[in-house]
Amino acid sequence: MTETAGIIRKPASQLRRNWAKLRRNKAALVGGFILLGYIFTALFAPLLFSGNPSAPNLIMSLEGPSAQHPLGTDELGRSILGRIIWGSRVSLMIAIGVVAVGLFVGVPFGLISGYYGGKADFGIQRVTDMMLAFPGFLLALGLVAVLGVGIKNTVVSIGISMVPIYIRLVRGCVLTVREQVYVEAARAVGTRDFKIILKHILPNVMVPITVQTSLGMGNAILFAAGLGFLGIGVQPPTPEWGAMLGSGRAYLFNAPHVATFPGIAIFLSVLSFNLLGDGLRDALDPRFKL
Amino acid sequence: MLQYIIKRLLSTIPVLIGISLLLFFMLRMLPGDPAQVLAGQMATPEEVENIRNQLGLNEPIHVQYGKFLTRLVQFDLGRSARTQSPVTGEVWARLPNTMLLAVVAITLACVFGIPAGIISAVRPYTWMDYLVTSAALFGISMPVFWLGLMLVVIFSVVLHWLPAGGTGTWQHVILPSVTLASFVVAFIARMTRSTMIEVLSQDYTTTARSKGLKERVVIIKHALKNALIPIITVVGLQFGLLLGGAVLTETVFAWPGIGRLIVDSILARDYPMIQGTILIFGLLYILVNLVVDLIYAYVDPRIHYD
Repeated sequence: MTETAGIIRKPASQLRRNWAKLRRNKAALVGGFILLGYIFTALFAPLLFSGNPSAPNLIMSLEGPSAQHPLGTDELGRSILGRIIWGSRVSLMIAIGVVAVGLFVGVPFGLISGYYGGKADFGIQRVTDMMLAFPGFLLALGLVAVLGVGIKNTVVSIGISMVPIYIRLVRGCVLTVREQVYVEAARAVGTRDFKIILKHILPNVMVPITVQTSLGMGNAILFAAGLGFLGIGVQPPTPEWGAMLGSGRAYLFNAPHVATFPGIAIFLSVLSFNLLGDGLRDALDPRFKL
Repeated sequence: MLQYIIKRLLSTIPVLIGISLLLFFMLRMLPGDPAQVLAGQMATPEEVENIRNQLGLNEPIHVQYGKFLTRLVQFDLGRSARTQSPVTGEVWARLPNTMLLAVVAITLACVFGIPAGIISAVRPYTWMDYLVTSAALFGISMPVFWLGLMLVVIFSVVLHWLPAGGTGTWQHVILPSVTLASFVVAFIARMTRSTMIEVLSQDYTTTARSKGLKERVVIIKHALKNALIPIITVVGLQFGLLLGGAVLTETVFAWPGIGRLIVDSILARDYPMIQGTILIFGLLYILVNLVVDLIYAYVDPRIHYD
């Protein structure tokens, strides 16, 4: 009897099972590793490059890659490697900020719209329709035109452009979840709506939100780099990858390395979020697979 | 069908109202006097006063919106604060350039994306599938403006095959349209692959195969025809992405389109022009979605618009 009792194991938790599924996905693992490297670089930027990444050194202007400057220097003689390392902080900060705006505004409205239906749903959905009438990047451009340039306005503009995506996603999931028996049971025993949404609905829509957050971070980096490239995002001398690319454009013929390396940094960081996002979708909920 | 077209046209009204509200409040959200903002920094007090009267800025907000709508319907968006030329004229003059890029890019994206997605779906989990899916993921993750710059380095700076920017000949169209297409081809290939995989596992495909039909016929006549609806949807939706991409691509290649105009206007704080470019982009997006909806009916006879 004691032997039998020893064989019976506690069932693995949902989190552990999902982690096991995610670990089996090689692409997601590669994405995870690149992402870890990216986060590490952003966190320990002062240790990895101790100098001032914005301090000009005109004698070293537009130097090619060398032992002293492994990725060369830009038009003001600043180390491109140093600026990429410090730029990782800026882009990660923007990505987190953008997704936070999307989540904190989009998720509550999506929950209300899906759970209550009726007039609230109608009103929220019409506003969402209007916002979706513009492609995301154009909406962000329009908002930047009103709010002005800079890190804060870049975050707000791109964040707002992502809000309708979260509203639509969460609303769609809530419509399915709210019909489940456990929600009906909670309602039948007199649980308040707020508690039902928080305890029963929200945990069950977390999977698509998590996937969207990962993919959204990648998009946020791309959008922010796009605005920086156009000169209407983060302003110099702040080291921002898109702005670095934008300034490198003028030196394509004599110093193509200036525009090459920041682009690789943007590509790798976006790729890491996309790989992880795809992996999370496959592991957590194959229904959402494209 | 006619009834459906009318219904579908009517359904664009709320979105049009949304666009008009966005444009209307855009100016009023700016710090300072909207009349001064519209007239530009160099305007004389008389010109500012003239615009104030024209917009009815001293009147209640709903009257102002009414006047704004009337002018919008007449495509009267005033004059550019930068060049003093009528906004609508300048936007219309640039529209063909952007449309040329968009049409060539979307055609290229379909020509490469759909076959790539089909090959990937027909041979799932083979090296060909991995090649297509990896390339698609790379395409989605790659900043379009960086790809454009790298193409310039390779084909203009190193090989001297194609011009680095500008317009005039068909050679000028190649690099910008390939750059723009790369942005969209990845989405189309991914969508085609997943839809085709689903369709190829359906009973009617198995029946077609068991009848002894050639694999090519099964794929093109039976599977692809049924997979077309989601593919067309994604092509339509990608058009929006394409417009966003056009802003960046036109900047890389100094292409005189609306995308470049919107950036120049934002940098110069030329608000009448910003309004005009945003309006035209919004209208284009709505129009493309409308056309996509109408194509559904043609492609799939099961769809009835009652």
